[in-house]
Amino acid sequence: MEKHCTDSRVKGVSTGTTILAAVFDGGVVIGSDSRASVGEEYVSSKTINKVIQVHDRIFCCIAGSLADAQAITKAAKFHLSFHSVQMESPPRVMAAASVLRDLCYKNREELQAGFMTAGWDKKNGPQVYVVALGGMLINQLVTIAGSGSTYIYGYIDAKYKPNMTKEECLQFATNALALAMGRDNASGGVAHLVVVTEKGVEHVVVPGDKLPKFHDE
Amino acid sequence: IMFEETGPEWLSEEVKTGTTIIAIEYDGGVVLGSDSRVSAGDSVVNRVMNKLSPLHDKIYCALSGSAADAQTIAEIVNYQLDVHSIEIGEDPQVRSAATLVKNISYKYKEELSAHLIVAGWDRRDGGQVFATLKGLLTRQPFAVGGSGSSYVYGFVDAEYRRGMNKQECQQFVVNTLSLAMNRDGSSGGVAYIVTIDKHGTEEKVVLGNQLPTFFDQ
Repeated sequence: MEKHCTDSRVKGVSTGTTILAAVFDGGVVIGSDSRASVGEEYVSSKTINKVIQVHDRIFCCIAGSLADAQAITKAAKFHLSFHSVQMESPPRVMAAASVLRDLCYKNREELQAGFMTAGWDKKNGPQVYVVALGGMLINQLVTIAGSGSTYIYGYIDAKYKPNMTKEECLQFATNALALAMGRDNASGGVAHLVVVTEKGVEHVVVPGDKLPKFHDE
Repeated sequence: IMFEETGPEWLSEEVKTGTTIIAIEYDGGVVLGSDSRVSAGDSVVNRVMNKLSPLHDKIYCALSGSAADAQTIAEIVNYQLDVHSIEIGEDPQVRSAATLVKNISYKYKEELSAHLIVAGWDRRDGGQVFATLKGLLTRQPFAVGGSGSSYVYGFVDAEYRRGMNKQECQQFVVNTLSLAMNRDGSSGGVAYIVTIDKHGTEEKVVLGNQLPTFFDQ
């Protein structure tokens, strides 16, 4: 019997996307590009939203196969709504992140994705969690993932400041996504951003022609 | 059962200058910068290597890729430029140096795996930066290269402005190197900076603890 080696067993392959999440003073911004690609050549959707709501004030983004992303977030939504009924209160962001982490860890052989969860809860305020490949859960102030993220590590390190205002953080996130989309073939389209604070949730979509332009454009 | 030791792993690994290199032009000269790490597999075999190599008095090149390939190209071009400058009776143009590098990179492109950025000052065109990746020759206002460069594309795209002066360019180079060295496992150590203008060439070293730090350090 022959063993088939499938692509998903190759570690370290990230897929066409740029996603990011950052904490500011009073909330979080979570954002993504909107391109879905098949292989290296065909853009199957120009306007897909990769920021998925799993509860009232908790969102997550998955960099990876979109089929995996949808299946996992559907499972996460179910677990979370059940959990919040049991606890009789809205779930904590850590709870959502743990649910994703468990799904990632149990299925780590098949899955090949970067997960991030961001939101606001009453106990700890705004938080961002990232599940690294294989299932380690880390709390960070700012995090990026996806193929486009390699190009903006330097920008994020240089420009992120803790306790920014909402406007500064939105500008920071938009710039970062625009820079990544400018260098990565597999990221593009519009920038989808979601701002979560105690007061509620705000969606911001920045179309391609309104994205910030840099020196050589 | 083994009777002989095979020796340390790094003896059988290829020596690469993992690297981050950058060169930028300003009105009146150029600034080149590099990190100082040379790796063989997982080991760092030289942590203080100066990857900015002189091709002539006012023309330098920045080395990346396979250490042996890059050094050899630089030595050959240094020799060819010496002969050329005697033949023409004056200092060679930066474009000539870049063309000599490009000729070797293109002719032996299958065998070599090194990328050199050539930058310098000449009387005719002032400060110039040339990229010679894979045998192409293009003049650019600035160029980045090496494994660490992927992480700082976003940062340099956002921060570069036309018309920066010498100090701003030096700061730009140091910031970019520092960000790349923090994220790229193959870049690190100290930063070497070379500034070339009509008055001469100035070499500087910025030690690890003097490099700029960012919000999470």
